[in-house]
Amino acid sequence: MPMMQPAPTLVSLKGISKIFSNGVTALSGFDLDIHAGEFISLLGPSGCGKSTVLRLIAGLAEPTAGSVTWPGSRDSDHRGEIGFVFQDATLMPWANVADNVWLPLRLRGVSRRDAQDRIVESLALVGLNDFAKAYPRELSGGMRMRVSIARALSLKPRLLLMDEPFAALDEIARFRLNDDLLRLQSELRCTVVFVTHSVYESAYLSSRIAVMSARPGRVVAAIEGMPPGPRAEDFRTGAAYAQLCRRISQVLLDQTAEERP
Amino acid sequence: MAPVRTQSSPLKIVLPLAVFAAAVAAWEAIVRLKGIPPYILPAPSLIATTMVADWLLLQASLLTTLGTTLAGLALAVVGGVGLAVLLSLSRIVEYSLYPFAVVLQVTPVIAIAPLLLIYMPQDVAVLACAWLVAFFPVLSNTMLGLQSVDRNLMELFELYGAPTSQSPLARLGARLKALWYLRRPAALPAFLAGLRIAGGLSLIGAVVAEMAAGSAGAGSGLAYRIIESQYRLNIPRLFAALVLLAATGIGLFLALAALNHLLLRRWHESIVRRDR
Repeated sequence: MPMMQPAPTLVSLKGISKIFSNGVTALSGFDLDIHAGEFISLLGPSGCGKSTVLRLIAGLAEPTAGSVTWPGSRDSDHRGEIGFVFQDATLMPWANVADNVWLPLRLRGVSRRDAQDRIVESLALVGLNDFAKAYPRELSGGMRMRVSIARALSLKPRLLLMDEPFAALDEIARFRLNDDLLRLQSELRCTVVFVTHSVYESAYLSSRIAVMSARPGRVVAAIEGMPPGPRAEDFRTGAAYAQLCRRISQVLLDQTAEERP
Repeated sequence: MAPVRTQSSPLKIVLPLAVFAAAVAAWEAIVRLKGIPPYILPAPSLIATTMVADWLLLQASLLTTLGTTLAGLALAVVGGVGLAVLLSLSRIVEYSLYPFAVVLQVTPVIAIAPLLLIYMPQDVAVLACAWLVAFFPVLSNTMLGLQSVDRNLMELFELYGAPTSQSPLARLGARLKALWYLRRPAALPAFLAGLRIAGGLSLIGAVVAEMAAGSAGAGSGLAYRIIESQYRLNIPRLFAALVLLAATGIGLFLALAALNHLLLRRWHESIVRRDR
């Protein structure tokens, strides 16, 4: 990414804390600015509240304290600008691939006929044109995740929220989807917030990494200045990638070491 | 209940038929060899000829029982699904009504049948009895199904389809939308399982009520024919009515299994074959 003036802030989370009704404090003093066009990974141990951050951004949960704001926008309802991808593909088993992709549009009142072009377009983005009539159970795990991504893209979101989307996939499918995701992001120019606990995945994908502490979660370090150049097989096996992974792992280790008395 | 397979080996059909034929042949042989009188145990051949000879009478009874069973089942579907939907839409309704549905279920209906006969005309009482037993499996299975939507799908629904205003009417509208788009298809397999149970129970309810109604006469069903044949010691006809009753149950089961297969064959794990 060329070095210019910093991109405008798309979403700003300030002083967020989240206490669940069972008394668990998931987040405390969480601050994060998400810049337009970036690929930011939230990296941290399991149960550190990464998913909660996504749910707060999407408006699926309310923070106990603090605020989630969209500085550049006057609308108060941003749900139409968000695509959400869960860890499981969470497709409707009774509907074929095309109808699954239709769901967000359908819920917004778009008829099947009006949505047809958008469905075809979304499926083309993830390379599944030939599977529009297939049912989810006929697809592999990687293909199901592609459908899930196509569904998230069907509303042409400005912000794509992904909650460990590839964690359940085998490595080959994951590498392929990693590359496809980066290609999609540069084609669609959307902002991605990507939750993961994999150092390697975050190093490969991100333009910025926010490292989170264990519960109660907050951002304890930001890793910027990613090595330039296209992400492809060469990068994955190259020295720059290995060095980056080492750097990220070190930050993660330092953080966990500080926390343990 | 065993899942229905799309293609099964011919042995699965041939073997039970062979066992059945052998049992009938043995029955026939024993009755003839030992000379058992027909008022104690009629031979299968005698039952068959009785069936033909008494067909007009038996057919009318068959239609009566079948009609009661199907009507009871249909009412159970309407009532069970309707109440399940109502309960799923409102917690208040669920808390206030569901316990009574359970009470209705755990009370043995045969004990209610005489009461129903006092308060209602006979045919209505028989129908009410069939409905009462078939109602609960439809209700409880549909309720379970309506609640079995993937939580993440509900979140997606909230993200894309939640109402913009918080008025009660808008909230109800959103619930109806979730009901139609997500809960209805998700509940289908459980509903169909409940329907298959209810089909058999509806027949049992009809038979029980007919027996309790006893000698009341006009428009009498197969169960009444059985009681009547017993009084008259017309055992071949009793067996013929019994055969028809069994055939009704089998037919009902097969029809509901076929419906289940038809509706779920594209997507549900219980039907789609695993090997490829």
